[in-house]
Amino acid sequence: MMFFFEVLIGGLMSGIMYALVALGFVLIFKASGVFNFAQAAMVLFAAMFIAGMHGDWGVPYWMAIPITILLMLGLAWIIERVVLRQLVNQEPIIMFMATIGIFFAIIGFAEIIWGSRSRTLDIGIPDQPLFIGDMLFQQYDIVTAIAVAVLVVLLLIFSQRTRMGRVLRAVADDHQAAQSVGIKLNTVWVVVWFVAGIVAVVAGIVWGGALGVQPVMVDVAFKALPVLLLGGLTSIPGAIIAGLIIGSGEALAEVYLGPIIGGGIDNWFAYIIAMAFMVWRPEGLFGEKIIERI
Amino acid sequence: MIYRESGQFKKSYAADQAILPLRQDQVFLIGALLVAFLVIPMVASNYVMNALLLPFLIYALAAIGLNLLVGYCGQISLGTGGFMAVGAFAAWNLATRTELPMPVVFLLAGLITAGTGVLFGLPALRIKGFYLAVTTLAAQFFLIWLLQRPWFNNYSPTGVISAPEVNMFGWVVDSVTDRYYLALIILVVMALLAKNIVRSSTGRKWMAIRDMDVAAEIIGIRPMATKLKAFAVSSFFVGIAGVLWGFLYLGQLEAEAFNIYVSFDVLFMIIIGGLGSILGSILGAAFVVLVPIFLNVVPSAIGLPLSTAMISYVEIFIFGSLIIFFLIVEPHGMARLWSIIKQKLRLWPFPY
Repeated sequence: MMFFFEVLIGGLMSGIMYALVALGFVLIFKASGVFNFAQAAMVLFAAMFIAGMHGDWGVPYWMAIPITILLMLGLAWIIERVVLRQLVNQEPIIMFMATIGIFFAIIGFAEIIWGSRSRTLDIGIPDQPLFIGDMLFQQYDIVTAIAVAVLVVLLLIFSQRTRMGRVLRAVADDHQAAQSVGIKLNTVWVVVWFVAGIVAVVAGIVWGGALGVQPVMVDVAFKALPVLLLGGLTSIPGAIIAGLIIGSGEALAEVYLGPIIGGGIDNWFAYIIAMAFMVWRPEGLFGEKIIERI
Repeated sequence: MIYRESGQFKKSYAADQAILPLRQDQVFLIGALLVAFLVIPMVASNYVMNALLLPFLIYALAAIGLNLLVGYCGQISLGTGGFMAVGAFAAWNLATRTELPMPVVFLLAGLITAGTGVLFGLPALRIKGFYLAVTTLAAQFFLIWLLQRPWFNNYSPTGVISAPEVNMFGWVVDSVTDRYYLALIILVVMALLAKNIVRSSTGRKWMAIRDMDVAAEIIGIRPMATKLKAFAVSSFFVGIAGVLWGFLYLGQLEAEAFNIYVSFDVLFMIIIGGLGSILGSILGAAFVVLVPIFLNVVPSAIGLPLSTAMISYVEIFIFGSLIIFFLIVEPHGMARLWSIIKQKLRLWPFPY
């Protein structure tokens, strides 16, 4: 039984890390209706710049992280200028393809600068096993969970309590109506992509710290997508809860189901959970109900 | 002045229904086929055939298959790689475990893939748009995992298996030229088939579902049957492409060779080529196959001293940028450019 809880908690913790990547997707989808496949590339980009600047140039972390955040602002601005502005009013699938283009361009750019060798990223998050009662925790996981909780609270405050947040929600509701009351869509998109960029920086630090920084990191995207589906494409709390469900489900399945049907099932198990759930509720746990009219 | 329909009268319904009603287009197509069948095998080196033309032909077939689903029926799929793998492994198992003749093996492999496609198409009845696109990733990851189980490669210790001899009605397809011809023949036949499917009532139903599925349902199109048919036909094409990819191009089968990036490549082809266009699928396949090779050759040709690793990074960067560039310049793909060119040619030398 103890073992069961340890697996469960380990799963919940990795679920939080998936949710962190999914959050970036949700932010952009909510505000612009763009399914941003490049989010995972942004995570890699952030992690590579932090680890690269620290490892190769000796920049301390407290400087490298703000510099990277500034870079994310630049990236958001370039993406808006070069891509989004040109593709306004195109069909969603075209926008989706464009973000896959951005995905490759960002990865290529980061690799041109930093190469593809593996780096470590350790900003000093304590990583010791910790016993609470009889149960084994990893300190790293606990710190991560707290950081994510803080991030989500900040995002919720930003979107519910600030003027910019209200603007974002207006744009998410109806682009044209928002524009007609004087909201500048171009600025809004830069802000949204920048916020998603900051989430990517946090995700990059957490993932990079746990697994090391290397190009295969972008595969976290394929972990985050089922989380996104299950939670609903438009819900921030949904992403977190779905992350927890999928993380724990995956860990339990790997331990209890894995030996029966063969290992390595974590690649697809999350997708099957999400798919089965969505046949029952097509918009995910907390997604907006899709109403179809003619 | 050359490309004009004046003076060409249609005297029968058959002529009116022709795929290419213009004589100039017919001449162009016949010319292109002659070049493909006669000139290219004579002039192209083995390297060009193997590294360029063979992947192009096979990818074009897969792209046509995916375009039927995405471009005509509007159901986005990211599982193409998985379905190609199903085709390849079904064919391998049929060819090595049974005595069936090769053409039957190809056909059965296609049908098995079609069945798999229907199975993973079932959620499409409830799930739509991007939700569906991500759901099809389930097919990609699950199928690749499943095909890595030892039973599917007959307990090969390395997990890599080599393709059996391809014997088509007594024609042993072995040399590069033979393989080129087989891929070309299959592509031409199936492209013609696809072109006719999308002109038929089936194709029109797909397009109705694509444009607005609720409205299509109200005018009496059964969404379930139509969507599943699209999944089946599309997967059949993709499955055959998978068989060709494994048997003719790779020669060695391994499930990992059909990973998610293969799916993305095929999706790029139809977006860059043009959604809802058979010609576009072929043009897009040419683009996606050519660009990496082009990017590989150019830096050394103009004397840039780049390391191989650096070239591959620059390649990724430029590939991504080119996709964005293409989408901005012509979001409807190369097929649209082609039709604009034809429209201009008709009026030439007048502006309108």
